[in-house]
Amino acid sequence: MSAPIEKPSEKTPLLSVRDLVVEFPTRRGTLRALDKVSFDIAEGEVLGMVGESGAGKSLTGAAIIGLLEPPGRIAGGEVWLRGQRIDNLPREKMRRIRGRRIGMVFQDPLTSLNPLYTVAQQLIETIRTHMDVSDAEARKRAVALLDRVGIPAAARRIDDYPHHFSGGMRQRVVIALALCAEPELVLADEPTTALDVSVQAQIIDVLKEICAERGASVMLITHDMGVIAETADRVAVLYAGRVAEIGPVRDVIQAAEHPYTAGLMGSIPTLTQTAARLTQIPGSMPRLNAIPQGCAFNPRCPKVFDRCRTDRPELIDRDNGRHVSCWLYDGATQQVAHD
Amino acid sequence: MTDTPLLQVSGLTRYFDVSKPWLNRVLEREEKQFLTAAADVDFEIKRGETFALVGESGSGKSTIAKMIVGLVDPSRGRILFDGQEMRFEQGAAMRQLRRRFQMIFQDPFASLNPRWRVGSIIAEPIRTFGIASGADINREVGRLLEVVGLSAADAEKFPHEFSGGQRQRIAIARALSSKPEFIVCDEPTSALDVSVQAQILNLMRDLQDEFGLTYLLISHDLSVVRHMANRIGVLYLGRLVEEADAKRLFTEPQHPYTRMLLDAVPDLALSGRRRKPVTGEIPNPITPPSGCTFHPRCPLAVDLCKQQIPQVRGTPTGRAACHLLEEGAVSGT
Repeated sequence: MSAPIEKPSEKTPLLSVRDLVVEFPTRRGTLRALDKVSFDIAEGEVLGMVGESGAGKSLTGAAIIGLLEPPGRIAGGEVWLRGQRIDNLPREKMRRIRGRRIGMVFQDPLTSLNPLYTVAQQLIETIRTHMDVSDAEARKRAVALLDRVGIPAAARRIDDYPHHFSGGMRQRVVIALALCAEPELVLADEPTTALDVSVQAQIIDVLKEICAERGASVMLITHDMGVIAETADRVAVLYAGRVAEIGPVRDVIQAAEHPYTAGLMGSIPTLTQTAARLTQIPGSMPRLNAIPQGCAFNPRCPKVFDRCRTDRPELIDRDNGRHVSCWLYDGATQQVAHD
Repeated sequence: MTDTPLLQVSGLTRYFDVSKPWLNRVLEREEKQFLTAAADVDFEIKRGETFALVGESGSGKSTIAKMIVGLVDPSRGRILFDGQEMRFEQGAAMRQLRRRFQMIFQDPFASLNPRWRVGSIIAEPIRTFGIASGADINREVGRLLEVVGLSAADAEKFPHEFSGGQRQRIAIARALSSKPEFIVCDEPTSALDVSVQAQILNLMRDLQDEFGLTYLLISHDLSVVRHMANRIGVLYLGRLVEEADAKRLFTEPQHPYTRMLLDAVPDLALSGRRRKPVTGEIPNPITPPSGCTFHPRCPLAVDLCKQQIPQVRGTPTGRAACHLLEEGAVSGT
């Protein structure tokens, strides 16, 4: 086994994604679905990842855990988990990291549980695969975990099959399954999208509490800005496979810097404000085979200027904990933009 | 303009037979089972307003929408459109009435025929109701496409050439083509991304102003409803638990379920409010709880709630069905 290479950084984040590129070769040329995506997740942090459909949220998650659907492949960049590079690991090694060090919660709890096995069998199998414990010990842990995620009468219900549980309860089981090997990172991809609002609030609370308790970091992928607002510490906004903006949740929501984020926030109706019209971003996100030159957002951007149409902006460090990929915030062009 | 409400719904009830096959019932000695999708629902919609029905899954929102447009027959109850009772067995008179209301569905990928050109999709109601003929039809189709923000040339394309938001625009153009007064919108934006949702909601508002449309908006998204509606009805397990003026529903919710629902919505404003933990899930509608169907989840439930179905009573903001409202136990927080 090769020794983990130390990343040149003063404080190593738990997960570090650098310039990740994911491509899909097709008959009509290669589509670039993720284009130089970079972000970090610190220990114990909840990073929200938002974007509209096709922005590449789920793909980022799948690339990190090595579950890209072929023919999709990582064509560049690096993924580091606590100083160890994991994007180029052989299948077998990656399989051990999944489940053990990175737990997963997916959108539809019915498809992430095996309908032919009881909840006990699935939990015990997972625990014993990753940890050296006896059957009885694994079962004890499983019951404790189910109890913790809020399943009433866990000791009895553990022997039920997934179809005996309601949607919300099933998602609790999936959370227990994701956490049973005590992972360092939990990747939750639209964990509440299939649930009703009243149940969604319960699941978000459970996920947040239990991860905080165990010191696990969370990468929360969702299209629902409200869920991010209540759950995440920082948020990354994706657009057409690129990171538009990353920053602390409150800052990004209340004072978005990237014109796309600002438009996105304005387009969400809220319970408190009473604007007669919602802000609307004209057009829609470009298809992967027609991403414009320069900034991917330039044809829809209200603040577009010449440079946006030719040069692609990199993430610019704004020195306030935020990174924005927009030429408006580049020192050299700031003058031009305001003229 | 008259004062008769455009749509009056009274005692609307729909059961679905969800029994096992006859032989199984005989062998397993089981009774027939019924699912009550809607029970004694009453409401009125005035001309030019947007009335919204909100509720979680299984609350009967879509069943009510389908009964109103005649896609599902009511088991009991009456629907009056512009003072005339809608009975779907009467042919010619119903046909006249039928032109005046339309529906927009949730999934624009399923509601447009993939083998038809957009022009034919939009022209179908025009032909069916004989609104125009010959070359006028194409002119009308082009005009409608422009009204919804597409171009007249798009009539030649097929639905797959459009994105979700554009397809929903086509569905809206089709709904408008029979020049209706009333449109039932069943989750019109829940399949769309937020930025596209904003475009569609703005378009719906513009069209309402331009053509004086009346909407029945069905949604599970409280913020969408808050943005669009004048009045809101809250459904729980097929019953209307509260109806109120849109703004006041959010500031002065009366029914405990409405309060719970409002508490559960993630807060984008980051006001830092600590929401009350919501308990429980929606019960199985085949075997709903006795009395008030919300009592097992209600933090304020008393014995009476388990025994008796509460009547709808007037409240300062509208009306609601809760035993406690009579005693004033819910007022204040």
